[in-house]
Amino acid sequence: MRYLPLTSDDRTAMLAAVGASSIDDLFVDVPAEARLDGPIPGLPNHASELAVERHMAALAQQNRAAGEGPFFLGAGAYRHHVPASVDHLIQRGEFLTAYTPYQPEIAQGTLQMLFEFQSQVARLLGTDVANASMYDGSTACWEAIVMARRVTKRGKALLSTGLHPHYRSVARTMAKYTGDVLVDGDPSLEAGTDWAALAASIDKETSCVVVQYPDILGRIDDMTALASACQAAGALLIAVVTEPVALGLIKAPGEMGADIVVGEGQSIGVGLQFGGPYVGLFACKAKYVRQMPGRLCGETVDANGKRGFVLTLSTREQHIRREKATSNICTNSGLCALAFSIHMTLLGEAGLRRLAAINHSRAKLAATELAKVPGVSVLNGGFFNEFTLQLSTAARPVVHLLAEKGVLGGVSLGRLYPGNDKLANGLVVAVTETVTEEDIAAFAAALKEVLA
Amino acid sequence: MTALNRAGWRPEMTAGGADDSVTFTGNRALMLEEPLIFEIGSTETTGVDFDEVAAAADLGALARTARIGLPGLSESETVRHYTRLSRQNYAIDLGLFPLGSCTMKHNPRLNEKVARMAGFADAHPLQPQETVQGAYAVIHELAEWLVTLTGMHSVAMSPKAGAHGELCGILCIKAALEARGDDRRVLLVPESAHGTNPATAAFAGFTVEDIPATAEGRVDLAALKARLGPDVAGVMITNPNTCGLFERDMRAISDAVHAAGGYVYCDGANFNAIVGRVRPGDLGVDAMHINLHKTFSTPHGGGGPGSGPVVLSEALAPFAPLPFVTKQADGGFRLIEEESAGEDHPETFGRMTAFHGQMGMFTRALAYILSHGADGLKQVAEDAVLNANYILRNLDDVLDAPFGFSGPCMHEALFSDKGLAEGFSTLDVAKGLIDEGYHPMTVYFPLVVHGAMLVEPTETESKAVLDQFIGALRSIALRAKNGDPALKTAPHFAPRARLDETLAARKPVLTWSEPAVAPGAASLSEIGGS
Repeated sequence: MRYLPLTSDDRTAMLAAVGASSIDDLFVDVPAEARLDGPIPGLPNHASELAVERHMAALAQQNRAAGEGPFFLGAGAYRHHVPASVDHLIQRGEFLTAYTPYQPEIAQGTLQMLFEFQSQVARLLGTDVANASMYDGSTACWEAIVMARRVTKRGKALLSTGLHPHYRSVARTMAKYTGDVLVDGDPSLEAGTDWAALAASIDKETSCVVVQYPDILGRIDDMTALASACQAAGALLIAVVTEPVALGLIKAPGEMGADIVVGEGQSIGVGLQFGGPYVGLFACKAKYVRQMPGRLCGETVDANGKRGFVLTLSTREQHIRREKATSNICTNSGLCALAFSIHMTLLGEAGLRRLAAINHSRAKLAATELAKVPGVSVLNGGFFNEFTLQLSTAARPVVHLLAEKGVLGGVSLGRLYPGNDKLANGLVVAVTETVTEEDIAAFAAALKEVLA
Repeated sequence: MTALNRAGWRPEMTAGGADDSVTFTGNRALMLEEPLIFEIGSTETTGVDFDEVAAAADLGALARTARIGLPGLSESETVRHYTRLSRQNYAIDLGLFPLGSCTMKHNPRLNEKVARMAGFADAHPLQPQETVQGAYAVIHELAEWLVTLTGMHSVAMSPKAGAHGELCGILCIKAALEARGDDRRVLLVPESAHGTNPATAAFAGFTVEDIPATAEGRVDLAALKARLGPDVAGVMITNPNTCGLFERDMRAISDAVHAAGGYVYCDGANFNAIVGRVRPGDLGVDAMHINLHKTFSTPHGGGGPGSGPVVLSEALAPFAPLPFVTKQADGGFRLIEEESAGEDHPETFGRMTAFHGQMGMFTRALAYILSHGADGLKQVAEDAVLNANYILRNLDDVLDAPFGFSGPCMHEALFSDKGLAEGFSTLDVAKGLIDEGYHPMTVYFPLVVHGAMLVEPTETESKAVLDQFIGALRSIALRAKNGDPALKTAPHFAPRARLDETLAARKPVLTWSEPAVAPGAASLSEIGGS
């Protein structure tokens, strides 16, 4: 077995050294009824690298990779070009095979990277501070709602209907068991957001208002007034960003007064990966830092006065506080945070702004071309790189027919909101820099055929 | 003013101060100091070229006009920055990383290769189901292995990490209790448990009570039985436990908990000790998370991403979260989501995460499992346990092994600080190991042992490596017993000496900001010359 260095002579010598006559002596504490004499039945034995690679490649080939043809899916996961150096650097063994920096003297690489990541995320989201990452955007969103409860001592969260339905599902699942009250609903196919109505429904029980920006239908709106309404009522405004590239072009939620900004960082550096692992972004105003979940890296000095970094404020965390912790999170998403940080460093502000502008410009072109197809109209007033089409028929079968023609043409609202007939004709379309003009033309042509 | 600080070093570094620089740069040959990206990058620099020019946007008041302050570097500078940072990390690839309870074993590179195959890495989680049958096949194949290896009924694949898996299992228990109209609120958790256990239980609304331990470091069965009753929802037990011992009475514990109407959650963090040799299902477990990044070797990545599938008993299976994959009669796979759950899985407690879980970890874990097979996995457990016992028995004459008397350990060896010289602690031993070229063991955990040192060598270390480590740890143990003052200031040869954690917590500096400068003095940006 190529990964196991002990030889049979080693094993014999070591068993003798520990005073055991056989390996079974070391498993003596396992009760007889749970002891297995040989390998677990019904499973194959070890295989060569070549055989395993062949098997996995055969499975991979049963998938249609996004890059094989025109591709327009978004709805919480976006396909962007990731520079080759990102994947090279995250595979350096010193990053890949290290663990949580419990021993800071020999983990400054990871710690400095996390400090840089936190600084980049805080600036991108327009907030004071950010943590060292969460599992993903959906879990970060729920943790933000719980944090708002801790800060405000209130238990009712108002969720915008524009929040990703899976994020809403996660919050609903958790709220069932924590006693938090959620006010939520499906979106309606309108050009504008429901934020004004949300502002009007804040009351004394409201811990937070949760809005997504851009939202699930791709709509963008100014949250300044909503932030003021929250502040006046003693509630927190939580903004959710599932497409952080947008913030190279449109105002950051923190700039508009959001108290907590969470996000899905997958767009930058991480890739699609069929849904995970991703990287949750979690940022907030400085005054709430001690209520944050997750790991935080901070600057300090060593015994010689040299600058260095450590994990800090850990009295919030489970390994110290146990049942009184702010969250049960332990492992975060370190390597994905590294990928995010490297990609963001390669982009820099100038690159991020250009990338965002190209996404927007390409999406506008696509919206214009697709709206020319008979039976198709664009819902949105404004958008970044994602918008919603209203089709003359249910979108869900259209997606499958498009796939037969080689076009992955977006996410149907029928899949995201099963059972809601009012949304059935909606199709959410994302257009990033990876989409070519030929792809747009192919999509429009295929859509025309399918709808004819 | 676009540069944040093109000077690339902080002026005080070479201005005397506390830094005893022998060299002008502060570097020591291959040990290279590296500034922050904010100190070397500029907002105008980019390492990414674009082929096209974007059309003008018309976003009105929503346009982001204010400076963001994100530094950019060219590709060459980026590669160097992160390569230099990487060299300040210890890692499995460099040597023994015996962090107890973390299972820091070799990460095979085949697994990295397969995870990057375009069909897996470049697939969207919401693609039409007919276009991602291969991805569902991976999830299903891995699920079958996990179910078979644990002897359980089914598995929930979506939890994102171990603690998330714990939450999944505990929510299954809560849902099962609710389904039968039972309002039990107490979970019994041993003091030796990982901190995530009580944190998870509390998050789900349970009250946590301690389970007493015996003098030999195991659950006190009689005391546990005495506490069981109509208010107890269940137990959370780590097996093998965090003292590195197998819970001999596990079956009796399960039977007693079940007889009292409760459920058994097993923390599977230490599954590596028994994989392929013992099936938790044979011990009466109802739910157990499996850290794919431990037992199945997906990379720890400097703190994640992890992956925490949860195997479930038949009693808890109906409550498992969405989405999940099922195999159809025709051999194809179908994803069960909210809309189809009604008919197929009506009692689900809901969704825990946006998509399907950690696909990138599933591909790696499956490649690992296929590489080992049933025979190799059994050998994994045996070698992991043999290596740990070899360490225990070669050190228990110089370090106190509090439970060494009771028999063999499993995959990790536990020591305490008893017998060290006055004023010398576990921390000093750990820092001494750094100078010897090792990552220290887990320290001060489990809490049930004073000054705990938990050593988990894993099966991927050779006897020669273990022999050298034993020699090094013996020498440090003797220095700590003899009160060698140099140990108090270790490490001496690491990129940094001991760091001031109190300062970090008292005045948190969590993000970079341009240092304030005295009136009239040049700012860092101006020193940078832009």
